[in-house]
Amino acid sequence: MSTATPATLARPRPVSDTLTMFRRSLLHNLRNPTGPIMAIVGGIVILLLFVYVFGGTLGAGLVAGGTRSDYLAYITPSIMLMGGVGIMQMISVWVSMDMSEGIIARFRTMAIARSSVLAGHAYSGIVLVIIAAFPLLGFAVLLGYRPHADGPQWLGLVGFILLLAIALSWLAVAFGLASRRVENASNLPLVVLILPMVSSGFVPVASFPAGLREFAQYQPFTPIINTLRGLLAGQATASTAWSAIGWLLGIAVVGYAWSLWLYRRRATVR
Amino acid sequence: MPTDTRTAIRIEGLRKSFRDNHALRGVDLDIPAGIVFALLGANGAGKTTTINVLTTLLAPDAGTVRVAGFDVVTQANEVRASIGVTGQFAAVDGLLTGEENLRLMARLAHLERTTAEARIARLLDQFDLAEAARKPTSTYSGGMRRRLDLAMSLVLDPAIVFLDEPTTGVDPRGRAVMWDIVRGLADQGITIFLTTQYLEEADQLASRVAVIEGGTIIADGTPAELKRRVGTGHLLLDLPTPGALAAASAVLPGATADSAALTLRVGGETDANTVRDTLVRLNDAGVPIGNLRIVTPDLDDVFFALTGTAKTKENQ
Repeated sequence: MSTATPATLARPRPVSDTLTMFRRSLLHNLRNPTGPIMAIVGGIVILLLFVYVFGGTLGAGLVAGGTRSDYLAYITPSIMLMGGVGIMQMISVWVSMDMSEGIIARFRTMAIARSSVLAGHAYSGIVLVIIAAFPLLGFAVLLGYRPHADGPQWLGLVGFILLLAIALSWLAVAFGLASRRVENASNLPLVVLILPMVSSGFVPVASFPAGLREFAQYQPFTPIINTLRGLLAGQATASTAWSAIGWLLGIAVVGYAWSLWLYRRRATVR
Repeated sequence: MPTDTRTAIRIEGLRKSFRDNHALRGVDLDIPAGIVFALLGANGAGKTTTINVLTTLLAPDAGTVRVAGFDVVTQANEVRASIGVTGQFAAVDGLLTGEENLRLMARLAHLERTTAEARIARLLDQFDLAEAARKPTSTYSGGMRRRLDLAMSLVLDPAIVFLDEPTTGVDPRGRAVMWDIVRGLADQGITIFLTTQYLEEADQLASRVAVIEGGTIIADGTPAELKRRVGTGHLLLDLPTPGALAAASAVLPGATADSAALTLRVGGETDANTVRDTLVRLNDAGVPIGNLRIVTPDLDDVFFALTGTAKTKENQ
């Protein structure tokens, strides 16, 4: 007969279950490293394109007598964000794949913490967003970019990117759950690719036509990118940073709540 | 707490609907521990819905369901810690190796490391997967995936194992292997609840068979009892022309004619004397006959015997 003692095995252990799922997600990415690599390579291509193809003109438009290297400094934070969006697309696809396969039903017939499957994906997303952002910064340095952040600002930068990673990852999990088909899972994160374009990410908001300018001023990616840029340049302003932190906390909470809600709704019948 | 350790599964008045589709319309079952139980039914009869309720994937609309002595609604985690589930689709992680899949299950079952490793090694051996243990499961054959799937269900050493159509879409050799595995599990004292569309499979494996149709249990008993009601099978005659089919139907009024396939299905006994008598009657009436086949009972015969209709009904 069975030696299982349901009373002791039955209690889900959220921390250990989440760690197990986190390890599984990381292993998936190690087995299939094209996703993270493409996110970084994609960022490098955009950086090269904007700096060497458009950078001369764009730099001149930035400030009087502006150069290519001024523009490099201007878009480096946007490129770090782009890497994160690439990771988001990948996380959405992983989540969507999980939901379309039988393994999710198996997890749901086991006495494990419900949130652990999603948390595993989100945490590996957080690690990968951070892993993508810093090589892209490194590449910009290689092209001649010089950050002017001091010690506390570097710490602030790391903390800010961590918060950014948390927000993007939970939003990516929700996007993955919201996609009915795996093929569509990478589409929703494209919104997050477009929004930085209509922010202070690539050109100053002041150059936008009226209407679009107001939109750009009040959308989340303007303060987010300005804060990244400010921290790197060693001249972050507190009001912008608080506004960015507020947005990111909001996105993280919405992504998390939306994920759990979708999971409960979707995971019932196949 | 378990109320009666000799009862593995107790279902009373179980109902489940999906909008207008009444999948289960009052199911009652009492399954003792340690047996192989088969739930026999056609597609859409309610087999998978029943398994989904028993394995805590779906909440019942009405009725009480206890698995391993625990209520599936209020004690879902206790139920989950007592069961292993193998669904219709192999629930394995394609990017991990077979061994990693089993280790994932062991971690999620919160097993101690030494217990886990010993059990993983034993399961790999038992299911003939030791050689492929370090290969990604995406390289496995269908049969290997099914075996790994089942092995994953056994990692937490469950008292009750659910198998949803374990041999649907499996070739005859794979089916024989799966049957041997099920018998092996039964020998270990594990209670097995399986669903199947095949009367033969229920007969081969189970000591208790219930037939489900339209969301209700229409028969429940030993395979011998069921077969007594179903009979030994039927005779299938190919007729050369529609005229011959009509003539044969007139001679054998109890038989079911299929005018598209030009076949006549003659129920009842299939022993040599009965078959000879049938052929003599057709010959005396001058009806020409083509091929003749004796068909062992299938699900259609079960429904014919139990409900009096020849075809398995669609779920209305």
